[in-house]
Amino acid sequence: MTQFTRRGLLKGAGTLACSAAAHPLLTSATFAAAPWDNRLVVIILRGAMDGLATLQPLGDPNLNILRPGFQDPATDLDGFYAMHDGLAALRPLWDQGQLAFAHAVSTPYRDKRSHFDGQDLLEAGTAMDAGSVRDGWLNRMMQTVPGVSGRTAFAIGRENMKILSGMAEVANWAPDTPFDLDANAQALLAHIYADDPLFHAAANEAVELATMISAEELANEGEPDPMMGMSAPPQGGGAERQLAAFAAERLREETRIAAFSINGWDTHRDQTGALTRNLQKLADVILTLKMGLGRDWGKTTVLAVTEFGRTARPNGSNGTDHGTGGAMLMAGGAIKGGQVFGRWPGLSEADLYDRRDLMPTADVRAYAAWAMRGAFGLGRSELQSDIFPGLDMGSDPGMML
Amino acid sequence: MVSTATIASIRFGYGPNNPGARRDAAGLSDALRAGDPLGRGYGALGIDKALAEVRRFRDANEARKQGNEADYRAAQLRIREHFLRDTRSALSRILDTDQPIRERLVWFWADHFTAIPKVQPVRAAAHGYIDEAIRPHVAGRFPDMLKSVVTHPFMLHYLDQLESMGPNSRAGQRRESGLNENLAREVLELHTLGVSSAYTQTDVRQLAELFTGLTVRPDQGFRYIAAMAEPGSETVLGKSYGGQRGRFADIEAALNDIALHPDTAAHLARKLAVHFVSTDPDPDLIASMTAAYRASDGDLMALTDAMLAHPSAWSPVFAKARTPYEYVAAALTAFGATGEHIRDMSDRDLRRAVFAPMEAMGQPYWGARGPDGWPEEPEHWISPSGLATRIAWARGAAERLAGIAPDPRVFLEHALADAAGDRLRWAVSAAETKDVGLALVMASAEFNRR
Repeated sequence: MTQFTRRGLLKGAGTLACSAAAHPLLTSATFAAAPWDNRLVVIILRGAMDGLATLQPLGDPNLNILRPGFQDPATDLDGFYAMHDGLAALRPLWDQGQLAFAHAVSTPYRDKRSHFDGQDLLEAGTAMDAGSVRDGWLNRMMQTVPGVSGRTAFAIGRENMKILSGMAEVANWAPDTPFDLDANAQALLAHIYADDPLFHAAANEAVELATMISAEELANEGEPDPMMGMSAPPQGGGAERQLAAFAAERLREETRIAAFSINGWDTHRDQTGALTRNLQKLADVILTLKMGLGRDWGKTTVLAVTEFGRTARPNGSNGTDHGTGGAMLMAGGAIKGGQVFGRWPGLSEADLYDRRDLMPTADVRAYAAWAMRGAFGLGRSELQSDIFPGLDMGSDPGMML
Repeated sequence: MVSTATIASIRFGYGPNNPGARRDAAGLSDALRAGDPLGRGYGALGIDKALAEVRRFRDANEARKQGNEADYRAAQLRIREHFLRDTRSALSRILDTDQPIRERLVWFWADHFTAIPKVQPVRAAAHGYIDEAIRPHVAGRFPDMLKSVVTHPFMLHYLDQLESMGPNSRAGQRRESGLNENLAREVLELHTLGVSSAYTQTDVRQLAELFTGLTVRPDQGFRYIAAMAEPGSETVLGKSYGGQRGRFADIEAALNDIALHPDTAAHLARKLAVHFVSTDPDPDLIASMTAAYRASDGDLMALTDAMLAHPSAWSPVFAKARTPYEYVAAALTAFGATGEHIRDMSDRDLRRAVFAPMEAMGQPYWGARGPDGWPEEPEHWISPSGLATRIAWARGAAERLAGIAPDPRVFLEHALADAAGDRLRWAVSAAETKDVGLALVMASAEFNRR
């Protein structure tokens, strides 16, 4: 009879936490030290965030010509750009140098403006047709680094995260998945799944993750660690906050890379309400990460990226349609924040892409590459060939401490 | 070797316990040609009545600003009740029909034309959209389905067509309003040609201009308002439509041409094969389906027949995974539940037994993420947490769905017939309790695949 792994078959979670050393059959990978101490969180903003409304170039007189009376309230950051008030809760991070943006960025995706192709390319990290590329750039990054384990990278939520899928083993779990099987039931499942690799692998992983998570919960119960300098993660909140709280928990253990999505940025109609709510959600997610990570926040880089920007002009229904150039957000104690990166292309008719969209002046992948170079010490050549094939990283924007 | 009848029931239905699912290719085809056996009693709220509910809600929402909370609550409750009644009917159809393949096709095409209620009152029209725009055409012509969808108020609302107007139209000039290209883009990218086809942003823009005038009047339903239409002709995929004054017939002509485009044929053939057969379907299957669609000028019966006639559609290897809705419906089918059982369940029980678990398995009912609908990859649904949720649900599902727990060995026959593998047969007979035995059947790869 096929069995799940030894760990999966251990009956009580507490047994695992207390006496791991007494179980020589445990694979060493679980307790392997992560290859680095720095953390990277990538948040995919699905649906195309309106960069011009999020990070508003108020210093460009053409903005008001393109969008008269359309822009939401925003607060000045640096005399040229202003931040949408939906992100107001992040202002202290900006002041502390832990929040930054890059504007007029895009992936190499052009012209067809399909969400689904755009997201595929963003996650594949390639310049060519993403449909033929089955793995994601974070997974390819893992493939270049020796010593990673199946817990080094975590895809969180019920969403399929192409950015992390590929040859390198990564973990994938949604918080609050109910799973409580005794050894007997596990053995029966192992038996019936033996001939189906998909079901066998998924169940095996589920048993391992559920065991690990409940073991940690047991170990952490009633033992606040004053050295961690963290306060309790906020209670309640939406599903996204739960994802962020779970990500922070994992990142405080052996996980170093986490990715999840926030959906709902496709604001074709009456943009103000939906965009404001989403930006508030994003701010909440970042603050939840900060709180949950405690002192590890100082080693953390958060990148929030979207598939493309939206049209420079509003459409006929107080919204915006699919565009090209947009904005990305960076946060964390590991970045040199308090600044907006990128070259501003201008918003006159001739400056626009296709006479309708913000012209991209930088590749969003270049910022991700510089973040990984700073956080994980990856070489320029592997970043430009293996991880982001065909990318020219350009000169160092100076975004990492 | 799994029998043809069992393969049909699992791949094209909700499992072998419905005798109407156990047919060969000709039998499935005959059933589809015979027409829908279920009529009165299963229909959803029609669009006219749904719009009346939306108006009632809107008026109550106005009155609420003057402090009238009671009418608002009542209107809200009515919408909820309509939606729940229609939800029950849709599930009942699956259990009561002797043509499960028709229901599978209806949900396939509803997913192809995904539309989601963006605000609460619009939920009243959700199931009516399927019944009016999708269901009548699943064994009919695709151009007709496309036209029905693109003129249905539910889709027009979802993809923001209502306020789109020609910037140079009378209405556009008066209200200084303009285009919204959302519907036009998704029609080309998702509904017809497919994203790999050679259309351009200009085609999207031109089609959006051509679509101006398609709108909804709350008291009249779908309307074509020429005063909203962009003046002048539009060129879509190299062909010019319309003249100075907008006409609905020009939109119909364009939709007809796009529906019959060779790229649409290939896109639809592939999508249907991916849904029913495999995410990596046999190229010969696609070629034969594409040819059938083109030769018949977009006849979906011909397209479906071509799939059913191909040997790769009858592979004994089940390469796809049931979506959570299909999975729960298959469990209900295996327990022998009928529409009457579903109608007798309280709202709370229905939510706890069916809809809350679906959401936990990753598929909130009517809650697709976007107009591209639900993923087709088995790996998407059978992820560690996705499978864990199904396993957890399988424990105790018998009690929640059927009230009493049948003998697991009998249940195995109802759920899988001769598709159950030897390992599963052994494990079910070795289970210590009925509950564990039943859970093993529903957790098995065989029961989760199709």
